[in-house]
Amino acid sequence: MNKLPTLLIGITATFLFSWVGLVMIPYVQLGKLGPIEDESGTLVAVGKPGVSSGARVYAAQGCVYCHTQQVRPEHGGSDIARGWGARASVARDYKDDTTVFLGTMRTGPDLRNVGTKYQSITGELHVQIYNARLRNKSSIMPSFRFLYEERKIVGSSSINALKVKDVKTGYEIVPTKEAEDLVAYLLSLNQNYSLPEAPTSEH
Amino acid sequence: MNTVAMPEQSTDSRAELDRIERVAIDASTRGPVLFFYASAILWLLVGTILGLVTALKFNAPGFLDAWSFTTFGRVRPAHLTSVIYGWASMAGIGTIIWLMARLCHTRLKNGSLLIIAGCIWNLGLTLGILGIFAGHGTSIEWLELPGYSTPLLFIAYSFIGLWTLLMFINRRPGHVYVTQWYLLAAVLWFPWVYGTAQILLVAHPVQGVVQAAVNWWFAHNIIGLWFTTIGVGTVYYMIPKVLGKPIHSYYLSIIGFWTLAFFYSWNGIHHLIYGPLPAWLQTASIVASVMMIIPVTTVAINHHLTMKGSFGALRYSPTLRFIVFGAMCYTLVSLQGISMAFRTINKASHFTHLTVAHAHLGLYAFFTMVMFGAMYYIVPRLVNWEWPCAKLIKIHFWTTAIGILLMFGALTIAGIQQGIHMNLRTTDFNVIMNSTKPWLWMRSLSGALMMVGHFVFAASFVMILMRLGKNKTTPTLFEEPTRGGNVL
Repeated sequence: MNKLPTLLIGITATFLFSWVGLVMIPYVQLGKLGPIEDESGTLVAVGKPGVSSGARVYAAQGCVYCHTQQVRPEHGGSDIARGWGARASVARDYKDDTTVFLGTMRTGPDLRNVGTKYQSITGELHVQIYNARLRNKSSIMPSFRFLYEERKIVGSSSINALKVKDVKTGYEIVPTKEAEDLVAYLLSLNQNYSLPEAPTSEH
Repeated sequence: MNTVAMPEQSTDSRAELDRIERVAIDASTRGPVLFFYASAILWLLVGTILGLVTALKFNAPGFLDAWSFTTFGRVRPAHLTSVIYGWASMAGIGTIIWLMARLCHTRLKNGSLLIIAGCIWNLGLTLGILGIFAGHGTSIEWLELPGYSTPLLFIAYSFIGLWTLLMFINRRPGHVYVTQWYLLAAVLWFPWVYGTAQILLVAHPVQGVVQAAVNWWFAHNIIGLWFTTIGVGTVYYMIPKVLGKPIHSYYLSIIGFWTLAFFYSWNGIHHLIYGPLPAWLQTASIVASVMMIIPVTTVAINHHLTMKGSFGALRYSPTLRFIVFGAMCYTLVSLQGISMAFRTINKASHFTHLTVAHAHLGLYAFFTMVMFGAMYYIVPRLVNWEWPCAKLIKIHFWTTAIGILLMFGALTIAGIQQGIHMNLRTTDFNVIMNSTKPWLWMRSLSGALMMVGHFVFAASFVMILMRLGKNKTTPTLFEEPTRGGNVL
């Protein structure tokens, strides 16, 4: 162990081994996933076209530090029992995500299917982001009110104005473009389709 | 072990020549090492404040929430980046330079270029952290720095890596000590790990979940093959040096080194257990994590048997006390890490404060404490002045040691509650959150305690740089040894 070549070869070889194993092989195995057909031969609509600007807002605000985006299988925790998804997430679900936010911390709930929950109540999702404590007093989610604008009502109030109480009379709270992008991204998060490798329970 | 003076083997004149050589080598590293240490300590203060702000946001979510740049999701990665790439990496680089020069018996040439490299590193990091505050962070854990700041770090690192390699190549022929293997490996692995992640995640992102595999291969190797190698290498140098006796076993150190290299590098995917990645990948990482028992126990046994019979020196020597605390926590954090890799335990511990507890046990209780110990040994040899005040060192030790253990305890309890109720049962989310709240207050409190220690240490560092206090000829110890013995 006194020679540079011996050390260099060892140092390189051990590390190359893991580089091949954990970087290169996953890339070969999973790096080029495409769309897939279901049993009837129709393509399953996976992916989220046109929401990458919202994903950018998600990254900028650091949502990933409190929320995961992965549903573990039934034998791997109570994710499904909690109603965070009907089935476990699989690799193909992420093939079109610009950045994959699997996450490592659940200070808040998993968001992989959050779109399903808020699809019909978009306004509520805005309130949650604007100030979570208006919906749940003991929440410790940060307020993102800097993504919203307090605006003087001109004529009638805007259709996208937030339904919140503590606003000055004659004023309204409206989302900025960033908030709209973020919500569009969050609404796109759902896995309510079935894949051959991950069928939902009703299939 | 050619650097550890063994008086019975050398004549007086030989010892004197060795001493002169050491002084000259130390002097050649003075500028760069002190520059990296000073920068590291500054980043430590910045990182500590950011850490405390992050912690307080769990206790009072309304704290500093009016502006985008102080939102939780930006302060947290800013904390991580400043302590990882500011404090820990710069302290590590300073230590690498000094240890490499000493162990290679070679003077550092053109050291001023390393100071320039240090400036560039600081510049890149400042730019990057400001970028995170501005919302340009990547949100890729451990790789949050925006793409535009990384080239500066890369330029700075090329100098650092090259200079270290050159010292190794120009070393005095003869035995290569175990610390040198660790440091050489660290300087070669770091750019490989960081470069791969930067290219595959930031510059040209790979598709889908391959990102997650690369992310955790990267993040875990920054801990395992950059910080752990520097930390363990430093312990291997400091314990024998302070005690004045050789390391217990050369063969154990060989086993420890190569098994670490072989197994640690495969650990990363244990962060994705039950995630949307192939089971074989997860299993490979779990197996490698469990195999870590070999390097960890061999290193622990080797260090313990070197310490055996000399534990009394912990009462006197600040360096040894920090180093041994760190080395013990290395064993602890590794065993904890192994246990958390098992599927049955991970199922509950995943996504909870236990991960945060584990990270702080590794990066702080082990690595940071070892770096403190190294600085207490190295700085006096660079400025030719002893630490001005033993009391300040004492405060530094107890605030940080108690602080980190409290933090670890609080987060562990919070994490276990969270794990059982969130991951194994379907307890209401509010109930879980409320049950963790008191422990998260305790975490903030422990952080404040550590912050006191850091400011005391910074004050001590400024004082020794300014050569305040008495001009002593013997090292500053916690208390004077009651009986004779080598306790430097």
